[in-house]
Amino acid sequence: MAAHLKKRVYEEFSKVVQVPHEEAPAKKLRLSKPSKSAALHVDLCKASSSTDALQYLLTFSRKPVEAESVEGVVRILLEHYYKETDNSVRLKIASLLGLLSKTPGFTPDCIVDDAINTLGSEKSHQVLAQLLDTLLVIGSQLPESPAVRLRLIEVAYKNLSDSSFGVRTKCLQLLGCLGLLEAPLGKDSDGPGPSLAVRDVQSIISDYFGDQDPRVRTAALKAMLHLHERGMKIHQIIYDQACRLLSDDYEQVRSAAVQMVWVLSQLYPESIVPIPSSNEEIRLVDDAFGKISHMVSDGSWMVRVQAAKTLGSMLQVSPHFLEQTLDKKLMSDLRRKRTAHERAKELFASGEFSSGRKWADDAPKEKLDTNTVNLIASGACGAFVHGLEDEMFEVRIAAVEALCQLARASPSFAEKCLDFLVDMFNDEIEEVRLQSIHVLRQISTHITLREDQLDTVLAVLEDSSRDIREALHELLCFTNVSTKECIQLALLELLKNLNKYPTDRNSVWKCLKFLGSRHPTLVLPLVPELLSTHPYFDTPEPDMDDPAYIAVLVLVFNAATSCPTMPALFSDHTFRHYAYLRDSLSHLVPPLRLPGRKQVYGLDSVDCGSGSSSVESAQLFLQQSLNRVSTIQNLEAAGAPELLDLTIRDLQRLGELQTELAGAADFCATFLRCQLLLLKALQEKLWNISVPLILKQNVTATAAAQQILDESYKLEFLYSGLENRQLATIHHVRLQAKALQLILRARTRPGLDSLISSCEKFLQDIESFQRLFLTELPHLQDSFVEKLLELLPRLSSCKPVEVVKILQTTLRQSGLLQLRLPEQIHRATATIIEPTGESDNPLRFTSGLVVALDIDATLEHIQDPQNSVKVQVLYPDGQSHVIHPKPADFRKPGPDRHRLITQVYLSHTAWTEPSQIEVRLLLAYSSSCSSRLGWTDAMDGLPPAEGAVEGTIPFSKPVKVFIMPKPARR
Amino acid sequence: MPEINVTPLGAGQDVGRSCILVSIGGKNIMLDCGMHMGYNDDRRFPDFSYITQNGRLTDFLDCVIISHFHLDHCGALPYMSEMVGYDGPIYMTHPTKAICPILLEDFRKITVDKKGETNFFTSQMIKDCMKKVVPLNLHQTVQVDDELEIKAYYAGHVLGAAMVHIKVGSESVVYTVSRNKHAATAWIDKCRPDILISESTYATTIRDSKRCRERDFLKKVHESIERGGKVLIPVFALGRAQELCILLETFWERMNLKAPIYFSTGLTEKANHYYKLFITWTNQKIRKTFVQRNMFEFKHIKAFDRSYADNPGPMLIGKFKRQCSVIMPGYCVQGTIGHKILNGQRKLEMEGRATLDVKLQVEYMSFSAHADAKGIMQLIRMAEPRNMLLVHGEAVKMEFLKGKIEQEFNCYMPANGETATITTNPSVPVDISLSLLKREMALGGSLPDPKKPRTMHGTLIMKENSLKLVSSEQALKELGLNEHQLRFTCRVQLQDPHSDPDTLHRIYTHLKSVLKGYTIQHLPDGTVMVESIVIKVSSSAEDSNAKVLLLSWSYQDEDLGSFLSTLLKKGLPSGLC
Repeated sequence: MAAHLKKRVYEEFSKVVQVPHEEAPAKKLRLSKPSKSAALHVDLCKASSSTDALQYLLTFSRKPVEAESVEGVVRILLEHYYKETDNSVRLKIASLLGLLSKTPGFTPDCIVDDAINTLGSEKSHQVLAQLLDTLLVIGSQLPESPAVRLRLIEVAYKNLSDSSFGVRTKCLQLLGCLGLLEAPLGKDSDGPGPSLAVRDVQSIISDYFGDQDPRVRTAALKAMLHLHERGMKIHQIIYDQACRLLSDDYEQVRSAAVQMVWVLSQLYPESIVPIPSSNEEIRLVDDAFGKISHMVSDGSWMVRVQAAKTLGSMLQVSPHFLEQTLDKKLMSDLRRKRTAHERAKELFASGEFSSGRKWADDAPKEKLDTNTVNLIASGACGAFVHGLEDEMFEVRIAAVEALCQLARASPSFAEKCLDFLVDMFNDEIEEVRLQSIHVLRQISTHITLREDQLDTVLAVLEDSSRDIREALHELLCFTNVSTKECIQLALLELLKNLNKYPTDRNSVWKCLKFLGSRHPTLVLPLVPELLSTHPYFDTPEPDMDDPAYIAVLVLVFNAATSCPTMPALFSDHTFRHYAYLRDSLSHLVPPLRLPGRKQVYGLDSVDCGSGSSSVESAQLFLQQSLNRVSTIQNLEAAGAPELLDLTIRDLQRLGELQTELAGAADFCATFLRCQLLLLKALQEKLWNISVPLILKQNVTATAAAQQILDESYKLEFLYSGLENRQLATIHHVRLQAKALQLILRARTRPGLDSLISSCEKFLQDIESFQRLFLTELPHLQDSFVEKLLELLPRLSSCKPVEVVKILQTTLRQSGLLQLRLPEQIHRATATIIEPTGESDNPLRFTSGLVVALDIDATLEHIQDPQNSVKVQVLYPDGQSHVIHPKPADFRKPGPDRHRLITQVYLSHTAWTEPSQIEVRLLLAYSSSCSSRLGWTDAMDGLPPAEGAVEGTIPFSKPVKVFIMPKPARR
Repeated sequence: MPEINVTPLGAGQDVGRSCILVSIGGKNIMLDCGMHMGYNDDRRFPDFSYITQNGRLTDFLDCVIISHFHLDHCGALPYMSEMVGYDGPIYMTHPTKAICPILLEDFRKITVDKKGETNFFTSQMIKDCMKKVVPLNLHQTVQVDDELEIKAYYAGHVLGAAMVHIKVGSESVVYTVSRNKHAATAWIDKCRPDILISESTYATTIRDSKRCRERDFLKKVHESIERGGKVLIPVFALGRAQELCILLETFWERMNLKAPIYFSTGLTEKANHYYKLFITWTNQKIRKTFVQRNMFEFKHIKAFDRSYADNPGPMLIGKFKRQCSVIMPGYCVQGTIGHKILNGQRKLEMEGRATLDVKLQVEYMSFSAHADAKGIMQLIRMAEPRNMLLVHGEAVKMEFLKGKIEQEFNCYMPANGETATITTNPSVPVDISLSLLKREMALGGSLPDPKKPRTMHGTLIMKENSLKLVSSEQALKELGLNEHQLRFTCRVQLQDPHSDPDTLHRIYTHLKSVLKGYTIQHLPDGTVMVESIVIKVSSSAEDSNAKVLLLSWSYQDEDLGSFLSTLLKKGLPSGLC
């Protein structure tokens, strides 16, 4: 292959040639075509019995057929079809016809007639059904031909009266898929329509709603739904029929009917329907809502899930009906009993705490009028009460989701369903709990939690599942509470949580931050108690490293931002602690205006200054810096290194100050650093001195080249949001680095053979660059590559030594590429939260066995963390292990954010002293999979790109963990 | 009219001692065979002398079906089968069969060993009785004999509880125990039975969310534990103990608690083995987690040993010190210690005059696996029965439910020994000969339309308990009879001045104008033939004007013949020539 490529390079450098590739498969095609159909023909003729024929057909169906030969194959199959007496063989042929007409590139209109003709003589119902299925495939392959459709529909009508359910089902499917959308109302025109095909499809399909076979009824409903999906307006008269099917004996029918009723309720929400056995009338959407609600207590759980899901999307329903879904009348010995919810509410109102202490406090009170109790609950009554208490968790989840959708649309309903959602926090299945926590967060803008509700919510903080706890923290961030007792309760429970699960530290702090800033006035009266200050006595200074104390401070400080009177309550050490925390946990502690204290506001003012304008000015600054750099004409220019140096420093500082632009600034800085390195390497004096003397300098230059290469990979894979243009620039840098390497190698190792091969490799690189970035070449004017491409004919023909010479001059003369920034550019970052690396207690374990180390990290701006993120463990003796976390260890809490919670297993032989290991995260990359460039098609045939570089980039700060493998006790 | 008779021997307007006799389609079935907890005399068991005064029951019963293992549903089984005498099959589900003997043995021990009763069934009798048991699988249709078939459905009440669908011909009865409302997986086919026999213990109750109750319960336990106290939960029913175990076990797991949980050895421990085995009969959560581990292999729950009682630290059961609590997970009958302490009595008088101070918190929670009114209604919706029969409930409460149900269909609630008779209207299957069907199809044209009934001619043959509909020719052939011709003749007086042949011709023209589409012939022998009907004219001797028409038609042409006779009675129109 290498030789082959070389030839190409030498001869036709300026064309992208892939001729041999296209020819080969084409030739193969033509060869196989006659053989395929002919072979089949022979096989089928040879088949002595129907089982043999079936075998042949089965083997035949496993191989794909080319578009050109399909028609021939179809003819052979049809020919055999008429001769065949065995049903199963005919069935197989029929299914093969359908399969064949799906072949891409083949338009089946030529076989429509043949396929329809076969129907006439067919006696077996199964084969008939299969043939209709084939016609369905053909019909859906030919959406543009109304004539074919009309014929197919006619066929469907004709076979609708077949006695087999299978045939009728297929006919209805055919009608659903192909029925004419702009059908005239057949009932209005007098007499039977001019042709059957023009008759109203809907009325024909709806006739089969009452079919004796449930499968046909289902198919009729599905066909109708299909018509709806294709854009036909379903008539309102269908509504009554669909409602009747809601009480069908078969679950599939009921399930489809629920969908049908829903569709109609969305189409005609405002039309009025009468209530049977009374004179009243209600809106259709309300009626449908009631009927679907009724299905939430259906016998089949599939239907229940369907119904519960559907309810969520019926937003037009009147509030009156909506509220009925939460109605539950409890009854005990014919006396009305208050629900636990009502009792809780009452207790809350009367100011009494504690419930369930008293014997029979849920004793039923008033006598109930037996007539008002509605047992065979009708309509919407208590639909969600049923749904949320269903035995199957699928139904419960569906109900919770529906509740969420409805509550988001209606604040008053949100208020009412609160009790029920809070109840769900105690579900036995974790998924349900998690889902209901998420739901509550989504509707949290509408609601304020009462104390008793908060109590239930907070009880979940002790859950052993981390996901649940974190979801709950997230929820608390967005929750409004009503009283200061609530705040106290929440704080207490959060501290308990912190105590029980120390790993939740960050999450709890964050939660308290929001809790504080949301309820400053509620926190204010609590401050003395929280900080345990006393009006007369000095209290001991709390321990600054206590996470619980930090948590309290976070709450107080965040409340104090919008409550200027609060700092007056602080004692001296609180201010000291503030200063400390402001520095160490600046993301949690906001800047405070403290009276009488000199604070350096320098940094803070940037933070709290109006965000947009400062971002704009920073952007401007970034652009200016880049412009300034672009004035450097070529790498030889004087003063260039200083300018680059300065700009890099500026950019780095900018990245620190302006987090929005950190990615872009970093990207630019790294790019410029590459340029700077290149510049320095080229400016070394070594180029003029003879080889043996400057071995030492040579080493630094080689190192520089290597570093540029590494940086270029970082540029390519660490940043997201890069466009093709930036990629071209990066690859250009890499090419420069490679050129530099080549030159250095030529100088140090004069062996000719190795030089030839590396020259060749370099030329390949140039070529692939050209292929990749053909569209970008105009932007690369006056660059290294452009010059090289001009010289390419000469390069490819001359000797390696000359090549090196040319390269050297071009490299030195080429100008600096101007960097254009894309809109959004983000650097992939990772922060290891756990382990913290602060512990002085070594992790002890028996050597030779394993110990599990919990790792918790947040990853940002990583596209495919499951495949690219690895954990590296470095042992003090230089050993390193790379561990691939399980895909399930990654969670996605937000857009562009991932969370890695995993365990890595460590093991080592015995040490005498505890020692530190380093844990860090790596981003794995492979340059061959740079498929984002979209040229993979062209690459398919070629061997995997040579020089596909696989590697890893460390992208998190390493964390040190103390470990101590002890010798095993014997 | 065929009828189904239902007679409760126990549990009619009463709780406990479930035993219901059903006779359906000539078969006699006993549903459940329970004992009454409240009595220690003969009233303890159902009165089997109702079935027969002396001798064994085998001749009178076709089968016995036990719905679940609670003693009020199976407690009298050994007594009936071994002491009264019954050798027929006893049907119950596998878990019931496994757990039932444990409970029976326990019951026997208490009665015989503790209370010292004699004339009670022995361990051997329990064993012999269990040998007669035929286990049932869910949804498996078991043919008891040629006509009687039964099918069990999952009921979710306690482990192994089942609803039974009993069917003879097209008559059927569904018997269900208190179905757990939350066990919504307990579905039943829309089998439209003639009677649905249902328990109605909580007929007048609509219960609050199970989750609320569980949460309260767990919260109470948790609080006590956190304070460092111990909690005692006296559990009365076997199924409930396991339910609470699972509940606590999951909670411990969820909340990461460490305090040990103990359950008393003996019954619960033995039953736990079976719960482990019959995982598929439990709820969704347990079935789902089974992949990882069997929920009944408790991590935190251990069997209790007396020596644990004084262990320091919180635990769920043990001797009471301060800060401990008792949680009553069910109803306490008046007079028991449970009832006393629930009512806040702080001093208890023990047997032997010792008094005991109550130094613990007492809480009450209601846990019960019985269905409430809504659950029953849901079941009705699913099965769509034609009649309803309520048992196993207090009369007053049943009355309410009955009233509700009667708004839609009949409902019965017989007392013990009272028979409820329900007449059924069974559809009778008839075989039809294919040739006849095809012939009629050919006449009618298109497919049969289920909405429109069609009439057809045929002969019904009843032969050896089977019905057949065949064509009349075939019937004649099969029965070896000759076909008889049946002709009707009729005279019609007519006033007509014309001569006989003329009158005949006038009739001919008249009929020709009225009956279009029929073949009407004027035959030369002085008759008119309409299809196969012959019309002759003769004038009477006295009055030549008064003509007598003679009509004769065969049985097959009855319709046309009677039409003609009424037509001709009206006379001939004058305008005819």
